[in-house]
Amino acid sequence: MQNELQKVFSRYQGRRDELIPILQDIQDALGYLPAEAMNAAADFLKLPASAVFGVASFYDQLHTAPQGRHSVSVCEGTSCHIRGSAQILRAIEKKFALKPGQTTPDHMFTLERVACFGLCAMSPVVMVDGRLYGNMSPAKVLKLIEKLE
Amino acid sequence: MSEITITIDGRQVETAEGSSILQAALDAGVYIPSLCYQPDLEPYGACRLCLVLVDGMNAMQPACMTKAVDGMVVHSDVPEVNDVRRTICELLIADHPESCLTCSSNQRCELQEIAAYLGISQQRLPAFERESILDESNPFFVRDLSKCILCGRCVRACQELRAVGAIGFAGRGYDTHVSTFMEEPINLTVCESCGECIDRCPTGALSVKSEALPPSREVRTICPYCGCGCGLVLGVRSGRIVQVRPETEHPVNRGSLCVKGRFGLDFVHSEDRLTTPLVRRDGRLTPATWDEALDLVAENLNRAKSQYGPDSVAGLSSAKCTNEENYLFQKFMRAVVGTNNVDHCARLCHASTVAGMARAFGSGAMTNSINEIEGAGCIFVIGSNTTEAHPIIALKIKAAVLKRGATLIVADPRKIELARFADVHLRQRSGTDVALLNAMMKVILDEGLADEDFIEERTENFAEFRAILEQSDLESAARITGVPAEDIRRAARMFAGAERASVIFAMGITQHTTGSDNVFALANLAMLTGNVGKESSGVNPLRGQNNVQGACDLGALPDVLPGYQKVDDPAARGKFEEAWGVPLPDEPGLTVVEMMNAAHEGRVKAMYIMGENPMLSDPDLTHVGEGLKNLDFLCVQDIFLSETAQLADVALPAACFAEKDGAFTSTERRVQRIRKAVAPPGAARPDWRIICDLSGRMGYEMRYDHPSQIMDEMAALTPIYGGISYDRLEPYGLQWPCPDAEHPGTVFLHEGGFARGLGKFHPTPFREAAELPDDEYPFILTTGRFLYHFHTGTLTRRTEGLEEISPPAPFEIHPRDAASEGIREGDVVELSTRRGAVRARAVVTERSRPGTIFMPFHFREAPANVLTNPALDPIAKIPELKVCAVKLEKLREMG
Repeated sequence: MQNELQKVFSRYQGRRDELIPILQDIQDALGYLPAEAMNAAADFLKLPASAVFGVASFYDQLHTAPQGRHSVSVCEGTSCHIRGSAQILRAIEKKFALKPGQTTPDHMFTLERVACFGLCAMSPVVMVDGRLYGNMSPAKVLKLIEKLE
Repeated sequence: MSEITITIDGRQVETAEGSSILQAALDAGVYIPSLCYQPDLEPYGACRLCLVLVDGMNAMQPACMTKAVDGMVVHSDVPEVNDVRRTICELLIADHPESCLTCSSNQRCELQEIAAYLGISQQRLPAFERESILDESNPFFVRDLSKCILCGRCVRACQELRAVGAIGFAGRGYDTHVSTFMEEPINLTVCESCGECIDRCPTGALSVKSEALPPSREVRTICPYCGCGCGLVLGVRSGRIVQVRPETEHPVNRGSLCVKGRFGLDFVHSEDRLTTPLVRRDGRLTPATWDEALDLVAENLNRAKSQYGPDSVAGLSSAKCTNEENYLFQKFMRAVVGTNNVDHCARLCHASTVAGMARAFGSGAMTNSINEIEGAGCIFVIGSNTTEAHPIIALKIKAAVLKRGATLIVADPRKIELARFADVHLRQRSGTDVALLNAMMKVILDEGLADEDFIEERTENFAEFRAILEQSDLESAARITGVPAEDIRRAARMFAGAERASVIFAMGITQHTTGSDNVFALANLAMLTGNVGKESSGVNPLRGQNNVQGACDLGALPDVLPGYQKVDDPAARGKFEEAWGVPLPDEPGLTVVEMMNAAHEGRVKAMYIMGENPMLSDPDLTHVGEGLKNLDFLCVQDIFLSETAQLADVALPAACFAEKDGAFTSTERRVQRIRKAVAPPGAARPDWRIICDLSGRMGYEMRYDHPSQIMDEMAALTPIYGGISYDRLEPYGLQWPCPDAEHPGTVFLHEGGFARGLGKFHPTPFREAAELPDDEYPFILTTGRFLYHFHTGTLTRRTEGLEEISPPAPFEIHPRDAASEGIREGDVVELSTRRGAVRARAVVTERSRPGTIFMPFHFREAPANVLTNPALDPIAKIPELKVCAVKLEKLREMG
């Protein structure tokens, strides 16, 4: 981890306003923001570690816990909501004993909620690993997830 | 700064240009509600309760964030503003539990106060239920986030004032909350338990665990721990201290304290206090009356004196006792016993400072004051772990760096907390300070950065100094010290380049066989760059004990009478002989380590020890123990049956700082009053009274009704205290020199001329420490302090919470050395030197320099001073507590 961190820091001056891009870079390199990495960023920027954690906890895109190998995001926009996104979410939650924001114990995937993908014509919509799937149902989504490796 | 006038609710208010509307109002006594504002923190604008209307501005403005402008017309207590405030307050109340009656902050809650001001009488908005997240992990305080209103005062105090940053804001929107790093319980974070956040909390979200009953009265006094001299307010109820808070207006601590001062006073009411005199009968210490005990002491001291001469008696005075008591103790030893064999623990901490700075400048004390640190352009901290040993002074250093952009040079083998803030951290090998300082001075000379006018006009002996300095060079200094040459050069340029540069040092400089040379070198550095005799500069030794400065000032030293008047100076001696009515000894007496040697050899037969614990504080404890056991008679006067008192023939119970009147002198020469808050336990008496009682029995009457009379006697004989009397010590004391009753005291020394006339350069060629690592003992052992304990732990180890945070008997080792020795965190290891062996638990940390083992000396379970080297500095007779050679043997895996 030390090498990756040093590589990230070498691209920056050590100014406090560089915190967010540094955290993004660390997450790109390591998949999430381990405590050790946030501490290192705090030392590099001469900030309290609690302040670094505060920023990391503010943004949904930054993760302070390891993420699954895959990501599953259920759209909860108005259109998807009307077309049954709540049932989809409940089906996933029940099958994997998981809440949005959490990761399965085997790190297979992380479940997220999203407000709107802008693909309302195909609602309800689910995104898996950056790819959108329209006209979903609970059964279809569970089948998609079962195919993940 | 010019004065401007604004109008608030029709009232004319004068204020300084640049202040906010809110500050102007509060200064003038006009109430504007606010929850997030604190005068000593940056304005924050979070709570929106201080909104006001300003003529000519459209929207309501937060008074804390809006600068007052001359002629401004402000409306605060008007219906349309109060309507808005009321809604804001109602929203806060909806999110706040209704547990006021059982809340620790009931009736001191600022949310209650504002709700009352706004006339809120019912809960209009439906209550949100927040999950109560209690964090009770800290032994001293509780965090109840359900009562938090997110004003940010705790977060800002922790970050801005303390520069710790244990807490911050996490989450977003409604989930926003005050959080530690990774939501850990507070005891697992960098929190230093200073309690600043508790004082700041406007509600009951942060509260002290022990404060069940509010005090019925308060007593202002001074903290009994380190030399910072912080103002404390003791809350008393039914004869017990039930609350401790910092004195907000005190010029030094300004409302801040450290964990020891705030939470470490449990010792006062400890069950272990000595409450009756004890006399050894059939080998055991058994209770006795005062008459029996004092008669026995008088008889034995008299016997030693008549059989073997006065110099067969020796006394240790106490840096924990008051000025008056130290004065009486040395008066007793000199006038009643007739010996100059009186010393105290200053010998072990700053003897080299007193010797070195007195020779170079003419005075051994801090040249400047604590608050001046904030004005320095460059601060050079060498051999002082300020954050842990002098926490409030560390705050000033951090403020200088973070708020005023001062540069900070830290020279310390360990990666101490201050290194986080340093521009350059020089990690010299222990015992090579002279080489490091010489190299810095060589750079300054070679690069023409010296202050030639200052050297020419204010100093002497420069040529001789220069000749020796020319022999040193940067490259070999880098080799000797292990510090990269480039870092030495940078540090030299930083120090010499600053308009005002201040040196701060402590025992990392003094506790060496080269201690005096180290101090000379620092004095040289300051004179070379013209940094003495002006504000915010100077050479500043931080004194470790609450009253070690006073104990030195009042003559608890073998070579000087009160006010550093030499015992071998007939004129000075004559003055005291006349005042005290007896002839006085004219030969300097024995120092601490010499006393122990003399006891060993049978030259000293009897000792009187007041409030000291040499059985843990002195080097080579095995030798000390043998010496004390070899005495014919040992009397120890203490508040506890310390490791030393356990060896006594007579133990006398003394009153502690909270049980008597008197004065302490802090490290910045500030003489301050301590005041009796509670009665001593059982038959315990103030030390000054015990000395008087004993003196009378030995045929010399000392009659004082109150310590103020002792102070008057002292002042008449001690020129630097000449103008000091109790009525002049209100409210916040006086800084000596204060020669007469009109003198306002002295903030910094040597202005315009040194106390000795010209400042004197002393050449300091580099010498190695007395004992260096070798094949048999391959590591360097260095000793020091932790934040959570004090000295030999007699006081702090009686506070359970401090024990919990900082458990006994650790030593620190660098990961590389741990790996090579097969040692892992928590392993029990035997550390041994040529003098003895102790067992301690390994803490594997990069704080330690590779090759160097660090050990605190607080713990009787692993007394570091069994290991340390009693080799002495030739001038100051201070032992080399900071360097010796040690070997390690792993005994047990972590269990």
